[in-house]
Amino acid sequence: MTFDQVRGQIQERFGVPADGEGSQLGVSVDVERWLELGRFARETLGCLYFNFSTAVDWKEQGLEVVARVENLDAGFALTMKTKLGPGGTRCPSLEPVWRGAGWMERECYDMFGIGFDGHPDLRRILLPQDWEGHPLLKSYAVDTPHPPYR
Amino acid sequence: MEIKAPTPQIPPAVWTEFKDLQEWEKLHQERPEGDKHSALFESLTEGIQHFPGGFALTTVADAFFNWARKSSVWPVTFGLACCAIEMMATFASRFDVERLGMVPWASPRHSDLMIVSGTVTIKMAPMLKRIYDQMPDPKWAVSMGSCANSGGPFRHGYHVVKGVDRVIPVDVYVPGCPPPPESLLNGLLLLQDQISHFRTTGQRAAPNPKTD
Repeated sequence: MTFDQVRGQIQERFGVPADGEGSQLGVSVDVERWLELGRFARETLGCLYFNFSTAVDWKEQGLEVVARVENLDAGFALTMKTKLGPGGTRCPSLEPVWRGAGWMERECYDMFGIGFDGHPDLRRILLPQDWEGHPLLKSYAVDTPHPPYR
Repeated sequence: MEIKAPTPQIPPAVWTEFKDLQEWEKLHQERPEGDKHSALFESLTEGIQHFPGGFALTTVADAFFNWARKSSVWPVTFGLACCAIEMMATFASRFDVERLGMVPWASPRHSDLMIVSGTVTIKMAPMLKRIYDQMPDPKWAVSMGSCANSGGPFRHGYHVVKGVDRVIPVDVYVPGCPPPPESLLNGLLLLQDQISHFRTTGQRAAPNPKTD
């Protein structure tokens, strides 16, 4: 399976062209097809290795969830993106597809406040459980007065 | 999206299973911060101090006690970040602090000094406070490095305490990022000098109540 064949498969299934060069593929889909893209990447494209998952805050354009998965045998990587839209904070979870996505999505929830539907244990992972707000959002007030401990 | 400023409160420590810590907490509430000795000892020394000519005895006793205290300052090993590497180098054979009578000890209950070496995060601050509270009086604290002094390069981060003096009282600040072992040694010598001027009636500073 060459990289162009992989691009063709993605184009055929999702109707969007896969960008990127060579072995570095990228595809952006609607949030409704996010879980379908995950299952397709794992079962059809053979991307068994979940590299990371994070998010980008595009301010008024809303949040964008980014996940990168790799097929280590064929030697290509697929960067999956989905935009949640302005004000959107819900996204399907990839935890049923890759178990390793669980903690990355917990961190994503911790830092961006994105609620992953279908995640079995969506709690904060880095910050204390009683923390208010999500620090990596652009609207987060960073240098605010706080009592001595906090 | 409306995000509020971070103003959560620390949950109270759950010490239901530790009887001795509960008793210690009750004792600590009866004996607030600033009282560095037992009430009996303090009233005794106060009485002798105010007796005519009694100051000579308390001064000599102070000098003796302070010599004993500064000659065996045991630091609790509290390494938080890269400053801890320099602290370990100070403890090791080249910059040997045992010649100053300092034995790095891994228990706060046997220690007199806490060297806060590294970045104090907001999540770590309650644990630091709890370990400091477990040290017996009299106790001292050295803030090592820019992060512990003021927050350092992470001062404007969302997760860093802007100086460990907002959590515990600090006696000596050692600047540097990280301070080399010579700086820390100088700080420890300054601390010993400070201990030698410690008075039974003296009270040290409370945690700095400054806010941003």
